[in-house]
Amino acid sequence: MSFVSAFVVAVLFSVGVYLLLQRSLSRIILGLALMGHSANLLLMVVSGGAGKAPVIGTFGPDDVVADPLPQALALTAIVISFGIISFLLALAYRSWVLTQNDEVEDDLEDARIAQLGEEEVRRWWRRSS
Amino acid sequence: MSVLLVLPIVIPLIAAAVAIIAFNHRSLQRIIAVSALVAVLIDAVFLLIAVEQDGVQSIQMGGWAAPIGITLVVDMFSALMLVISMVTVLMVLIYAIGQPGADEDQPVFHPVYLVMTAGVALSFTTGDLFNLFVAYEITLAASYVLITLGGRREQVRSGMTYVIINLLASTLFVIGIAWVYAATGTVNMADLAGKIALLPDGTQTALSMFLLVVFGIKAAIFPLFFWLPDSYPTARMPVTAVFAGLLTKVGVYSIIRTQTLLFPQHRPSTILLVCAGLTMAIGVLGAIAQNDMKRILSFHIVSQIGYMILGLGLFSVAGVAGTVFFIIHQIPVKTALFLTTGLVEESTGSTALNKVGGMIRRTPLVAGLFLLAALSLAGIPPFSGFVGKLGIIQAGFGAQEYAIVAVSLLVSLLTLFSMIKIWNGVFLGTPEDPTLRLASAAGEARLPTPVLMRSATVALVAVTLAIAVFAGPIFDLSERAAQSLLNPTAYIHEVLR
Repeated sequence: MSFVSAFVVAVLFSVGVYLLLQRSLSRIILGLALMGHSANLLLMVVSGGAGKAPVIGTFGPDDVVADPLPQALALTAIVISFGIISFLLALAYRSWVLTQNDEVEDDLEDARIAQLGEEEVRRWWRRSS
Repeated sequence: MSVLLVLPIVIPLIAAAVAIIAFNHRSLQRIIAVSALVAVLIDAVFLLIAVEQDGVQSIQMGGWAAPIGITLVVDMFSALMLVISMVTVLMVLIYAIGQPGADEDQPVFHPVYLVMTAGVALSFTTGDLFNLFVAYEITLAASYVLITLGGRREQVRSGMTYVIINLLASTLFVIGIAWVYAATGTVNMADLAGKIALLPDGTQTALSMFLLVVFGIKAAIFPLFFWLPDSYPTARMPVTAVFAGLLTKVGVYSIIRTQTLLFPQHRPSTILLVCAGLTMAIGVLGAIAQNDMKRILSFHIVSQIGYMILGLGLFSVAGVAGTVFFIIHQIPVKTALFLTTGLVEESTGSTALNKVGGMIRRTPLVAGLFLLAALSLAGIPPFSGFVGKLGIIQAGFGAQEYAIVAVSLLVSLLTLFSMIKIWNGVFLGTPEDPTLRLASAAGEARLPTPVLMRSATVALVAVTLAIAVFAGPIFDLSERAAQSLLNPTAYIHEVLR
């Protein structure tokens, strides 16, 4: 396993997590895309080091051949994340059309119940003091 | 016989393709969708009979032998899940056809719904970890479209949360698969069962916990449930109903399958029991705070997942059998509750407890259906929820886990309390909102609910009653499913022949 690829996996994942924690939708989507790349690169790292023959008999009959399964898995994962990210972008555009805003909206019902709870606590506090 | 395993995936996918071609012939689309799901249901019943008589069934896709090719494998647990979920999916489809505006102006509804069914069927039948990921993605991609169908503002808001959290879980799943493959060199689950046992203890624990987190997000167990009550209630009612009944249970299925098959030496009993207790308690407390029928029921989805994890966490035949029975009961009951909520919404235009009232006089049928399903959910004898909870609680006593048994009994009581809250708010009493009262005083606010919607709900409630009536035989089957889950030699032999 090469140190460089492991390092790149880690950096991509951390940057992805950082972007995911932002409030703006376009950053969240970019973060998810980076995390997807990091997962796919991890699959490549799993398949063993670089320099192995891609096809049997490329360099000679006795060559060690690269494990094709992780590559197949990565290809599948790339296609899936491509599709979902496109859908997410369309959804973000729809959200922008509807609200003229790129931010993630709050859940109003949830905020209302949290407020009720706070009022209850305040009332209880006043009564007991 | 092995063709039976392929049909639940192939039939809905082909039907979806045909339904897309017929995109502007709604009645043709309906016929295609209903007949496809009926065919899958019949197939699932035959599969259950085959498993009951001859044991585990399997097929190697493309003729490649097990560790290399993809295996489809069905044991008792998968067969039971397949039958009950196909019954539910079919009833919800009929309900959606009956509901005005559910599929009329949505040419993609039927194709996407069928694709989702294929994804659910594949997640129950696959014997390959990466194929399970693909099955999840098929289900999820379809569910993303269904949850945002219509594109209203709150749908886009909550759909966004849903897509982001599930995409994150899927990315973690890919990472988990990469680690499993790096450690063992295979992704076939039967093959993994033997090879993971050879790994160092720490690696096994890490893989087991990582997969638990991945499936825990999908199943909405305690620290990872926050996305569910926010995103489910905004979709159209048939969509919410089928999500509530099925999708989280696919996550629970995967937790049970991976924890029992892949990690037999490392059973995270304590962690699962603690998570189960917190899931139950926090879910039901969240439900009590809510003021809208849909949101109350959404929190109950979370709460009931706790019982399933509780039974699994005991890792005894009695506990897992209780869990299997509880899932079989929970899928139709939860869906039926959401379908009755849909009937209330259809005839009043709202599901807020303070806006709707006195439904028992206007629609006694809906009130009766809700009462039957709600009592079953709360676990009142003689309904099916009682049998499931009894099985799990007896297993808890058997394992001397008294604290968690106490929590589960208390949560049952609170569940009943919150069902009574809905009953008092929606079916008894008078609406507080004057505009709505005026509408109901002047006659029906809307036309009576369509016959198809009502009959689909009646049929699903009848299924839950049938589960209670035939609790004995179904519990026997659940016990056999639990035995084969906890001692998977037959499963492994069948795949790696």
